Amino acid sequence: MSELLKLNNIETYIGQYHILQGVSVEVKKGEVTVLLGRNGAGKTTTLRTIMGLNPASKGSVVYKGEEIQALPTYTIAQKGIGYVPEDQGIFAGLTVEENMKVAIQKENEETNKRLDYILNLFPDLQKFWKKPGGLLSGGQKQMLSIARAYVNDNELLLIDEPSKGLAPIVVEKVMESILQMKDQTTIVLVEQNFMMASTIGDCFYIIDDGRTVSNGTMKQLKEDEEMKRKYLGIA
Amino acid sequence: MELLFNLTLNGLATGMLIFLLAAGLTLIFGLMDVLNFAHGGLFAWGAYSGIWIYTTTGSFLIGIFGAILTGFLLGIITEKWIIKPVYGNHVQQILITLGLMLVLSEMLKVIWGPNQLTANPPEYLKGSWEIGDIIIIKYRVFIIFVGLLVFAGVQFLLKNTKIGLVVRAGVMNKEMVQALGINIKKVFMFVFMIGSGMAALGGVLFGPYSGVIHAGMGMEFAILAFIVVVIGGMGNFTGSVMAAILVGLSGSFMAYYVPELSLAVNMLLMAIVLIVKPQGLFGGKG
Ligand SMILES: Nc1ncnc2c1ncn2[C@@H]1O[C@H](COP(=O)(O)OP(=O)(O)OP(=O)(O)O)[C@@H](O)[C@H]1O
Ligand SMILES: [Mg+2]
Repeated sequence: MSELLKLNNIETYIGQYHILQGVSVEVKKGEVTVLLGRNGAGKTTTLRTIMGLNPASKGSVVYKGEEIQALPTYTIAQKGIGYVPEDQGIFAGLTVEENMKVAIQKENEETNKRLDYILNLFPDLQKFWKKPGGLLSGGQKQMLSIARAYVNDNELLLIDEPSKGLAPIVVEKVMESILQMKDQTTIVLVEQNFMMASTIGDCFYIIDDGRTVSNGTMKQLKEDEEMKRKYLGIA
Repeated sequence: MELLFNLTLNGLATGMLIFLLAAGLTLIFGLMDVLNFAHGGLFAWGAYSGIWIYTTTGSFLIGIFGAILTGFLLGIITEKWIIKPVYGNHVQQILITLGLMLVLSEMLKVIWGPNQLTANPPEYLKGSWEIGDIIIIKYRVFIIFVGLLVFAGVQFLLKNTKIGLVVRAGVMNKEMVQALGINIKKVFMFVFMIGSGMAALGGVLFGPYSGVIHAGMGMEFAILAFIVVVIGGMGNFTGSVMAAILVGLSGSFMAYYVPELSLAVNMLLMAIVLIVKPQGLFGGKG
């Protein structure tokens, strides 16, 4: 069993809408798996389904050999899955420090080490430690959201479009940090920015209209002009 | 001058009682998205149980603790049996909590009889201080003091403890709290319990303040509390204390100068806030 997470043909409804209609993904331990696809394809919903925020009605989500698709969100998180949502999910009225405090599940030596590590990676967070999260810049919010997911001893991080709305220089910074964390955690990354996706990613899945339609290594995708044009709108 | 002072003191005391009711209401709404129309029932239950314990034991302090305990207990029961099945459904919440409100009021009559009960402050809180022309009624000062104490206590809890942080975070973004591995349902129960305890405390304090308690008192105060929740911003704890003071003062002055318009003015205030600044007068959530 080399895969840490496996989605077996999951289907998800939001209200009466049949959003995911067959998504299958295998995430190998230690790799960065990138989910690609046009706007509205179902990438965010796939991550939300893994987290139990939009539970799957069919298919299974297997994490470390255990089916988790019916568990409540907080239990899924406790099993070691960190989530960085598309809108970052910052608690706007809480300071950076308080945001981190809510996130920290166990206060121990290990957590302190991880906190130090992440604050070194994102000095801005340290600088604005007492500032309300809502007043941070877009990039700083992204860093805070990643830091919250990272600070617990999570084996898997789900990161949804970290480059969204950020200036190229900030994207680079976020990208660097993800590259650094890559050594320690497995990552599922939703990313439209192909430069970023192809730099960080080991393998890819393309989701279209709620279905996984293609997958392979990032190297294969880079060379497949046809695929890029068809699903990603790039040539 | 003397009149002004008295109306102010009176308004502040009433404001604090409304605050004790509204604080729980606003947190319960902000965090759990639950409209609890039975909250006034807990206020009345606090009054009856507390005053009854007070008259039986002769100790006002024991009465107060008894009332808070009653509030905690009823809060836990309400959350577990009544609210939990209807999370996420506002219509069902309104119906079931209105129903519970009626049941709670009727039960009071069954247990303590249909007539109103009288209540007096204990000896040490009776009477007043006189400073020149100004007469300060001790019991009113006591209520203001207790109200401020509770405010400070809860504020401390919200700012300095993990569960307090989680409550504030939950008001802002429930999903994210859960995605960080926190079982928010447990926090719901805690908040419901604290909120109910505060309502019950307000009720028992109200007894000697007005001199009589009756089963319908919960409804009257609940209306004011709902106004306060809207004016202060739903889910905004500090906003609720400011709005409660505002509503208390306006009620006190209006009751003296234009009594017919007392409630209407507060309603109007709420309507204006809803139209002009629906997130409440005192900033956003938190
Ligand atoms: N709450 C909702 N109610 C109804 N439909 C929804 C809801 N959330 C998402 N959808 C729909 O589900 C589909 C997939 O949305 P999703 O957010 O997963 O797409 P995405 O691939 O993340 O897109 P993007 O790149 O724009 O973020 C879209 O068609 C969207 O309109
Ligand atoms: Mg998305």
